[in-house]
Amino acid sequence: MAAPLALVVVVAVTVRAALFRSSLAEFISERVEVVSPLNSWKRVVEGLSLLDLGVSPYSGAVFHETPLIIYLFHFLIDYAELVFMITDALTAIALYFAIQDFNKVVFKKQKLLLELDQYAPDVAELIRTPMEMRSIPLKVALFYLLNPYTVLSCVAKSTCAINNTLIAFFILTTIKGSAFLSAIFLALATYQSLYPLTLFVPGLLYLLQRQYIPVKVKSKAFWIFSWEYAMMYVGSLVVIICLSFFLLSSWDFIPAVYGFMDHPIFFMFIQIAIISIFKSYPTVGDVALYMAFFPVWNHLYRFLRNIFVLVCIIIVCSLLFPVLWHLWIYAGSANSNFFYAITLTFNVGQILLISDYFYAFLRREYYLTHGLYLTAKDGTEAMLVLK
Amino acid sequence: MGLLSDPVRRRALARLVLRLNAPLCVLSYVAGIAWFLALAFPPLTQRTYMSENAMGSTMVEEQFAGGDRARSFARDFAAHRRKSGALPVAWLERTMRSVGLEVYTQSFSRKLPFPDETHERYMVSGTNVYGILRAPRAASTESLVLTVPCGPDSTNSQAVGLLLALAAHFRGQIYWAKDIIFLVTEQDLLGTEAWLEAYHDVNITGMQSSPLQGRAGAIQAAVALELSSDVVTSLDVAVEGLNGQLPNLDLLNLFQTFCQKGGLLCTLQGKLQPQDWTSIDGPLQGLQTLLLMVLQQASGRPHGPHGLFLRYRVEALTIRGINSFRQYKYDLVAVGKALEGVFRKLNHLLERLHQSFFFYLLPALSRFVSIGLYMPAVGFLLLVLGLKALELWMQLHEAGVGPEEPGGTSGPSPPLLPTQTVGLASLVAPLLISQATGLALYILPVLGQHVAAQHFPVAEAEAVVLTLLAIYAAGLALPHSTQRVVSTQAPDRGWMVLKLVALIYLVLQLACIALTNFSLGFLLAATMVPAAALTKPCGPRPLWAALLVLTSPAATLLGGLFVWRELQEAPVSLAEGWQLFLAALAQGMLEHHTYGALLFPLLALGLYPCWLLFWNVLFWK
Repeated sequence: MAAPLALVVVVAVTVRAALFRSSLAEFISERVEVVSPLNSWKRVVEGLSLLDLGVSPYSGAVFHETPLIIYLFHFLIDYAELVFMITDALTAIALYFAIQDFNKVVFKKQKLLLELDQYAPDVAELIRTPMEMRSIPLKVALFYLLNPYTVLSCVAKSTCAINNTLIAFFILTTIKGSAFLSAIFLALATYQSLYPLTLFVPGLLYLLQRQYIPVKVKSKAFWIFSWEYAMMYVGSLVVIICLSFFLLSSWDFIPAVYGFMDHPIFFMFIQIAIISIFKSYPTVGDVALYMAFFPVWNHLYRFLRNIFVLVCIIIVCSLLFPVLWHLWIYAGSANSNFFYAITLTFNVGQILLISDYFYAFLRREYYLTHGLYLTAKDGTEAMLVLK
Repeated sequence: MGLLSDPVRRRALARLVLRLNAPLCVLSYVAGIAWFLALAFPPLTQRTYMSENAMGSTMVEEQFAGGDRARSFARDFAAHRRKSGALPVAWLERTMRSVGLEVYTQSFSRKLPFPDETHERYMVSGTNVYGILRAPRAASTESLVLTVPCGPDSTNSQAVGLLLALAAHFRGQIYWAKDIIFLVTEQDLLGTEAWLEAYHDVNITGMQSSPLQGRAGAIQAAVALELSSDVVTSLDVAVEGLNGQLPNLDLLNLFQTFCQKGGLLCTLQGKLQPQDWTSIDGPLQGLQTLLLMVLQQASGRPHGPHGLFLRYRVEALTIRGINSFRQYKYDLVAVGKALEGVFRKLNHLLERLHQSFFFYLLPALSRFVSIGLYMPAVGFLLLVLGLKALELWMQLHEAGVGPEEPGGTSGPSPPLLPTQTVGLASLVAPLLISQATGLALYILPVLGQHVAAQHFPVAEAEAVVLTLLAIYAAGLALPHSTQRVVSTQAPDRGWMVLKLVALIYLVLQLACIALTNFSLGFLLAATMVPAAALTKPCGPRPLWAALLVLTSPAATLLGGLFVWRELQEAPVSLAEGWQLFLAALAQGMLEHHTYGALLFPLLALGLYPCWLLFWNVLFWK
């Protein structure tokens, strides 16, 4: 179990080290798809040199990182490449252990529901086996580490990787059940970029569920625990917050909370995806994090309806980004509208993908309780409609 | 519910796509080719017009009268050149200084990756000489360039003479708002590339050159001049540049305006423009011109020094004087007046040329086809590949679809995941091997030329070309070795997954290529799409194999060369054509290393591996 993970980490580190040494590193670090004004390495270096000169790094509206990042790199600037490779490895390891534990919980719950006869009789093929779930944590780590988006973000030294690590550790500590550590990591992630604030609710719901505390307004245990968690979170946030300024107002795009009371981890996955779609300065590193979760939802594959078209859209858009950038900036013929159109299409593809997963998830739940082969009252085959 | 989510409508759509797939594909392909051929005909072509206001409404009166001076300069230059054997740098410096320019020189040198047999050079070195005419009342922020490329012989001495005479005339005028750079380059395009790289302070091609001492601001436009004799019957204009880039159409319109004003004949590709567009002859000749332009643009070669300027977003044209057997001849004064008019109008520019089209096709000098009208042709061709990919996806999933299928299968349908993972795992080997072959095709010929020249009695240049052809042909033997690697795991329908991936790969590449160089994209699509769509391991294999080999990138290049010579009304025999092909291969590789032309890497690293995937599909066991 540890050996394949170590092998994957070694291969990923080798790939990144090779790219760092090659001449592509500079080219990649200037690509607009990989670095944005919020997480580019050039700006970190800029802020550090301003700090060395004794000027506040925030004068000049160039630097958007947090003071903790400045101080972290102040001491580690010479080992920057190593730091980014280590953060990627840490993210993958955190995701590995998180998903391992999560699979155990899922399997236990499934066993419980089977014993309680909550499932329809003919759904044997939908039940997940531990055999198929055993390789999932490794696949998640593999998906994250060897994803070209992740490799590109690491080689470009985009601080989005650090944000990903913090969110991954938040997920790990939430699944393990440690409320205190979960609050601290969420506060750190929120502190760096405001969007992980929306992960507070799913994290809280999962921790409540783990301790079998029902989510009801009347329940005292619910209020006590929620208050404790919120206090730990706000407290860590207040402790961590310095005089950095947040350039962006948060886009609160929270989907219907009520549908996912039972499945906070899926909710978290959807939330991370929505954060990365609707951010003001999205880069491919954000996409990489939620894409790492796809192997976890492998069992939903048969219910996905448009996976071919969507995968083609996303691949085509990814390839057209540099072509249209070249046409706009170097050939001088296209203009920003072309680049904007491709960004829009990419986002539409992502939105359709997320809604497809959403639909597939709901369908599987429905089939589990109502049976796999449905017939309407007159004996013809029934159709599921999403309302 | 919407189309994508309603299962009934989806099933209907799926059935439609599967049943009508073949007729739709054929219709789409024919529509694409027909649309392209119809581009030369009147509803799709438009007359050219001047879009930039700054160059439209003002009248200029040309006063150049230095014909004799130009001729004497040309005579002196030719004499000095014959005496010294190379560019007479000292004489040029002296003359330019006497005319009143600020003179600078730049030396450059380069070792070519292998000897160039067409131009007979290997270690190239030379000196560029340029003089800057400073605008009297401006701040030297913008400039125009008049450049004359000089090769190893003195064929372009008349152009040098005209350049010096024009410089002398321009020096006496007070209306210049931009600096003018008069550039004489040695080793024709290599010198121009060295100068441009040093001017813009970049080093993309590995040229070693001394830094420039004098600059004149951002270059707004450039004109390259090539004159073989002191009387011309017509002026020929070349627009296609490196990697198929084209100058702004306004520059061409400007040149044509001044030719018409001075009564000069101007030609495109050496032929006069058809006047009669109402009968069938005009459009047919337009079609011939269009096809020639498409072939030239697809080759990605810079057809003159202007081609290298375009990369830096400097609009440029090459003007060649042709002296044919026509009765009425124009002397250097007429050519000089036309150039003077062009430069005076360019002087009026307030910003870079951006109003008119950057992507167009020219059926004639005064007619063009804009990008919005010619893009659907390549769209129709790529639609064929998209339809085929969709059909393959649906065929792959018709066995393992979920419980919404009517009637249902008798037992539980096999879960998709195991087939999927086996399919994907068996894909990795062909993909990696094809890409590795492409990489070998790209790197080995130049790298291994010395080894090859040692073992075989051939010169280095021939060794490079022959290694290229050998690796290309060796790729044909690959499916046998690939099958040996993955023989036990390849399921029966594995070829469908491989073909699906190959189709998507081909569509992506062709789409990206067509966006930046339409001609190359269209040509490759027109040849590769039928073979790619039809390939399968069942049916008459020798027929599909022949079709696939005939439409491979190398065969397209060979065929293109024959068609090109045919369209130029100078057809070649098979043996000559083969020699041309070998020379084209060598030139293609050289141009990639010396100017950064992208045709060679695109074909070797992108299209050849894709073609190999289709070859693998054909020979799937």
